[in-house]
Amino acid sequence: MLLNELSTMFRRRRTQAMLATLMAIPIVITLVVRFAGGPDTGEGPSFLSQITDNGVFAVLAGLTVTLPFFLPMAVAVIAGDTIAGEASLGTLRYLLTRPTGRSRLLATKGIAAVAFCVAATLVVALAGLVTGVIVFPVGRITTLSGDTLPLAQGMARISLVAVLISVSLFGLVAIGVFISTLTDVPVGAMAGTLGVFILVGVLDALPQTSGIHPWLFTDHWLSYTDVMRTSIQWGGVTRNIGLQALYVLVFGSLAWARFTTKDVLA
Amino acid sequence: MTIVLADAQPARHPRPSSSDTAIRTEGLTKRFGSATVVDDLALSVPTGSVFGFLGPNGSGKTTTIRMLLGLLSPDDGAVHLMGAPIPGAARQVLPSVGALIDGPAFYPWLTGRQNLWRLDAAGPDAPRSTRSTRIEDALARVGLSAASEKKFKAYSLGMRQRLGLANALLRPLQLLILDEPTNGMDPQGTREIRHLIRELAADGTTVFLSSHLLAEIEQVCTHVAVMSAGRLVAQDELGALRAKATTIVRIDTDDTDGAVEVLRRRGLDPRVEGSQVSATFDGGRAEDLSRALVEHGVGLRGFALERPSLEDTFVALTGEGFDVAQ
Repeated sequence: MLLNELSTMFRRRRTQAMLATLMAIPIVITLVVRFAGGPDTGEGPSFLSQITDNGVFAVLAGLTVTLPFFLPMAVAVIAGDTIAGEASLGTLRYLLTRPTGRSRLLATKGIAAVAFCVAATLVVALAGLVTGVIVFPVGRITTLSGDTLPLAQGMARISLVAVLISVSLFGLVAIGVFISTLTDVPVGAMAGTLGVFILVGVLDALPQTSGIHPWLFTDHWLSYTDVMRTSIQWGGVTRNIGLQALYVLVFGSLAWARFTTKDVLA
Repeated sequence: MTIVLADAQPARHPRPSSSDTAIRTEGLTKRFGSATVVDDLALSVPTGSVFGFLGPNGSGKTTTIRMLLGLLSPDDGAVHLMGAPIPGAARQVLPSVGALIDGPAFYPWLTGRQNLWRLDAAGPDAPRSTRSTRIEDALARVGLSAASEKKFKAYSLGMRQRLGLANALLRPLQLLILDEPTNGMDPQGTREIRHLIRELAADGTTVFLSSHLLAEIEQVCTHVAVMSAGRLVAQDELGALRAKATTIVRIDTDDTDGAVEVLRRRGLDPRVEGSQVSATFDGGRAEDLSRALVEHGVGLRGFALERPSLEDTFVALTGEGFDVAQ
């Protein structure tokens, strides 16, 4: 059932287009830095300046650039589509009368959306890696603390960053799946999810709402940079993972409560 | 005095017990807001029947079908399929129920075959080893083998309907629920569907068919239920239901006086128009009447029983024109 769900999702032109767009971002960044970039002025996003010294940093540059908007947008599309998309196609009634249990269907949909987060992050990371390695030299990796690490160890750190960024998106997936159970209009669920993401971003930026900042799912999104210090700071990373787990639990339960009792009219 | 002759109507079966019914509902009720869409519905679909489900637009047919399949939860009442409660035993019962509900629905970006694969794999206990064979068989059965590699979005309305049927036929069935199966089909397709329904019925599958094509119901169904405004207004064997409406006997003769006398003697109330004598004719055997006429020396040029069409019956029951029927 899960394999089936994944193949249905990835065979869709829209999924492929989103992944292609995500793939293009690190490639474009890397090529722009290589062929159009003068000496770095230090204004760009972190890690961008280091690409020229070490192509592997294109992975981090790609992830850093896509995390604030492109990745969440793609995730909102996929998560918002989970249940509402099946409802609007009408396939939901055929899945449920096959019968696919409602809990099972919801779980499959959620796991597939999570798999998309992983795939999207992986696509950005791999595209950055391949392009970076081709157009720039590769060597020891400089940490944020200023030391250098052997390439293998540095690559392990960068892989961990990619994993943490995927995990950062899980909370948003849960919110998207829950919103998707509320409507039969997938575009509405996608827009709603994106709206929640933007609202949370705004709240997280306002000093007046600092009281709730620790509970916003984006609050520790940048904790992945701690992995790139010479000695990893685990505090933010752990808090981020815990917060994502909490969102998955809360919104997953809400989605389950809603979907298992919902009248399917579509 | 009315002389009641031998009953020409088929004998009614006694009300079947639960194990003999493929579908049984009791007091089934569904409200949307203040509107009661399905009201105290007691359906009883005998196992092995081809059951026509008729009713005008908005009479609650699709809502009923959705409750039968566990998509909607009733506000009141109960549903049993093959004697097992829905939605409680859905997982055990629904694998042997095929359904086409409110039109076909598939993933536009997948081919016909990929769509069937996806929907078959979504269910429990669908043996993977036989999946390819079952999909090919179902495609062949609805005449879609040649188009199975086309994407669903390229399918015509009739092909979509066929794929919907193929999806319903992927597994061995005890019950097939079809909502408007011939929508968008050409006459050839319609004939094929009719043939398919007969074939399945011959194999012992119960077929529950909602259609707006009364002629179709008349051709394939053994039983009929008629809904109106959320209520069941009739439910019976097709012949019995039709016989409930008035039958007219029409006699063409030059001896109208003789015919009138014979009819009066039998308690009928004849009308004469030229050489035509006609009368409401309920509960008698036409053979006996014609013999009586001949024995009385009435020369017959024509003798006909005008049975009401199912459409007349339908209109009489629902009080609505057929134009709005669905």
